[in-house]
Amino acid sequence: MSSGGIGLYLHVPFCAGKCPYCDFYSVRATEAAMDDYTDCLVRRVREAAERTGRRADTLYLGGGTPSLLGAARLCRILGAARESFSIGESAEVTVEANPGELSAGFFREIRAAGANRVSLGVQSTDDGELRLLGRRHTARDAARAAEDAREAGFANLSLDLMLAVQGQTPQSLARSVEFCARAGAAHVSAYLLQIEPRTAYWKNRAQLRLPDEDGAARLYLLACSELEKRGFRQYEISNFARPGFEGRHNLNYWRCGEYLGLGPSAHSFLDGKRFHFPRGMAAFLRGDPPEQDGPGGDFEEYAMLKLRLAEGLSDAGCRARFGHPIPEPMKRAARRYGPNGWVAPTADGFRLTPAGFLLSDALTVELLQAEPARTARRSVRSGS
Amino acid sequence: MTVPRKNIRNFCIIAHIDHGKSTLADRILELTDSVPLREMEDQILDDMDLERERGITIKAHAVTLLYHAKDGQDYIFNLIDTPGHVDFNYEVSRSLAACEGAVLVVDASQGIEAQTLANAYLALDAGLEILPVINKIDLPSAQPERVRKEIEDVLGIPAGDAPCVSAKLGTNVGDVMEQIVRDVPPPQGDEEAPLRALIFDSYYDAYKGAVAHVRVKDGCVRPGDAIRMMSAGGEFTVAECGYMRATGFEPAPLLRAGEVGVLSASIKDVREARVGDTVTLALRPAKEPLPGYRPARPVVFCGVYPADGAKYPDLRDALEKLQLNDAALSFGPETSAALGFGFRCGFLGLLHMEVVQERLEREYGLDLIMTAPSVVYRIRRTDGTTAEIDNPTNYPDPSQIAEADEPVADAHIYAPKEFVGGVMELCQDRRGEFLGMDYLDAGRVDVHYELPLNEIVYDFFDALKSRTRGYASFDYELTGYRKSSLVKLDILLNGQPVDALSFIIHSDKAYARARRMVEKLREKIPRQLFEVPIQACIGGRVIARETVKALRKDVLAKCYGGDISRKKKLLEKQKEGKKRMRQLGTVEVPQEAFLSVLKLDE
Repeated sequence: MSSGGIGLYLHVPFCAGKCPYCDFYSVRATEAAMDDYTDCLVRRVREAAERTGRRADTLYLGGGTPSLLGAARLCRILGAARESFSIGESAEVTVEANPGELSAGFFREIRAAGANRVSLGVQSTDDGELRLLGRRHTARDAARAAEDAREAGFANLSLDLMLAVQGQTPQSLARSVEFCARAGAAHVSAYLLQIEPRTAYWKNRAQLRLPDEDGAARLYLLACSELEKRGFRQYEISNFARPGFEGRHNLNYWRCGEYLGLGPSAHSFLDGKRFHFPRGMAAFLRGDPPEQDGPGGDFEEYAMLKLRLAEGLSDAGCRARFGHPIPEPMKRAARRYGPNGWVAPTADGFRLTPAGFLLSDALTVELLQAEPARTARRSVRSGS
Repeated sequence: MTVPRKNIRNFCIIAHIDHGKSTLADRILELTDSVPLREMEDQILDDMDLERERGITIKAHAVTLLYHAKDGQDYIFNLIDTPGHVDFNYEVSRSLAACEGAVLVVDASQGIEAQTLANAYLALDAGLEILPVINKIDLPSAQPERVRKEIEDVLGIPAGDAPCVSAKLGTNVGDVMEQIVRDVPPPQGDEEAPLRALIFDSYYDAYKGAVAHVRVKDGCVRPGDAIRMMSAGGEFTVAECGYMRATGFEPAPLLRAGEVGVLSASIKDVREARVGDTVTLALRPAKEPLPGYRPARPVVFCGVYPADGAKYPDLRDALEKLQLNDAALSFGPETSAALGFGFRCGFLGLLHMEVVQERLEREYGLDLIMTAPSVVYRIRRTDGTTAEIDNPTNYPDPSQIAEADEPVADAHIYAPKEFVGGVMELCQDRRGEFLGMDYLDAGRVDVHYELPLNEIVYDFFDALKSRTRGYASFDYELTGYRKSSLVKLDILLNGQPVDALSFIIHSDKAYARARRMVEKLREKIPRQLFEVPIQACIGGRVIARETVKALRKDVLAKCYGGDISRKKKLLEKQKEGKKRMRQLGTVEVPQEAFLSVLKLDE
């Protein structure tokens, strides 16, 4: 396994402002801070490549708001990463960007530096919903950014939507989906809004007027069917793509593949170990080592991640990785949820349906607990 | 450490909760140099964590102190602490019976409150000399003169020379000491008469067996004496006697009339040395025991189950250990279809029940599920046989019941007159029968009712407290049984009856209670993968129904940037959560659901 290419994730922790629902790590962007960080990240990328001796098949610049760095800094980072991790032309190289802060030239420059996929944080195409989300762009900004990106040569364009946000109706959601199709997206990520601690939404959660559990569930299922209707096939709980445009970088996470993340709060899974850099910028600049999260990649983790995917869990996949098919008690448990329409059989295994994805946490626990002995022991240990 | 009997002072400190009883006791201990300062831990008398936390005294404690008074003489102070709750009123009355005086502590800013009154009356009934003390004069809101007048007006106790103290700062506590010397009468008693010693507390010691705190009324007792418990009947040989000093046991060659001390006699079981019993000599017994003995009889029962079935043996061990120190606690094995193996436990009252529960959880680290408390019903069956039922599970089919009787209590509620309306409303609502009303003085009324005990155990205290802003005291005594129209209410989850949630109730109250119960359960049972109907039934007839809707959404939508730790944590939490659930058929019920139906008004 160690000879294969890994996924390389580079975190860019700068934002123009904090969105009230977001708990990802970000700091205020000043020119000096962005220069320092770029220098540091380029250095770290080179060191990591040397230390691990690995090459990467996918590169993902996420944030924060990577586009805030500007084309020049991004190009330096892209160049350093592609060179050190032998990232070739066939690799997937994604840069996240926010509509409304970009010029057409920006897309051309990063395209020239090797980026071939752009992920735009559209979130909604209803300006009322965008305002309530605290976003600084409008639907028009999003349309222009998508157009600029495509014109710069980004055929692989991904748009982010948010589900169950304040003011969202089935109609406004359908319009947002329609927008994605018209804007020429090859990929859509549609995330259910979650109220995370340490966010402004959390503090004001009593005042938020969000759809209730049933309403959110209806919106999610509507998004799944509307996207499907427009040719975006669901391949993960929150991800939809035209055939051939599934996000390879993220698929690698869910297939329990190896990846290296650099930057504050970036997570890694390499050589059987999980580790992450703490959230603080200063510690990362100082060169503090990542925090170890212990061994990873056991059956429980594998099953939990694979059940996020529409391809589900298969005998062949389990056998290749663990030398045994899906444990029989787990299969039996899965069959129990067939009649509810939550779990469906596949050629040599099973998968969750969209209705099942909505209950993914509860179902995953039910299915995993049906798996005897081995996982039971592990959970005791990690609980102590 | 002997002084002439005229220099012995046996007294207790009584007060409303938080008026400073324990703090004053600590200062008294300091002034008698009983405890080296470095060993002084706040409130040394309340030695259970639970007592310190709740600010209540559950067990009586007694300590013997030596005081050098201003008159140049040495005095022995026997300070007897008393439990502070109606469940333990019997124990309180026995502790008071061991004293000649009571220091009544009243908060200088709060004035007289419910327990001040109840305790003062108990002390007056016991014929004690009452020494009022006005405490907390260091508070800015203190109004000692108003409180002094209140004591005189409301209690009718002269308070003209009541010391004004701050137990916290130690201010004027010396005056209290001198008053005890001056005003508490020395004990009476005939040293030559046959031994009569009152047991006012007992505890279990791993080496000595049951150790009895006694007040010797007549005669003397020495190691080697053959003694007899006049009510329990057991005979033992005294192994050791002496005084309980603040720092520990101090042996003595004998205990004589007027003295307070402890004695051990290799008594294996505290139930052989019950509070209230009279110790006499086996060879030269007294004719009459001291008055007032009452065997402890549990009046409230409930099922106690370990949350984790594997902890059943641990629960049994813990109950056995608790019982060593608590003669009033009874228990026997019980099984429940819903909860597995557990114990049916009997208690003196609701607080006793809570105290035992908290001690089991805290001192023995057990996680418990308790079922709804029940009283003891008497059933006459159609075939002429009778049965005492303390467990709803054993309640016969209605067709077999000729007559059902429930226990009733004679209840007195002392409250300021402005609350009388609310108190009477509550008592009527609780199926009380009005017996009378007396004015204690211009401001306070004694409201007298006959109340069914099952209405008292069902959060009567909380209801009374909220209707009288805590300004009422309540006392009751079981008087007998009366005919009643009782029904058994069953709760069904997903069509399956849950035995642990069944209870017996008066038919007039069944509907309202059933309604609140299913509503509470709907709140407490989390949405699950399947819809869960909750029904309340009487003999197969559904009288209330609610539904826990099926879970629709439960998903961590983002597993972003390869950070799977959150998802993993969430799954671990779900698994932990499942462990805290009881699997009843297909339904998972959290433990709080069992507890919450006990307190529907919260």
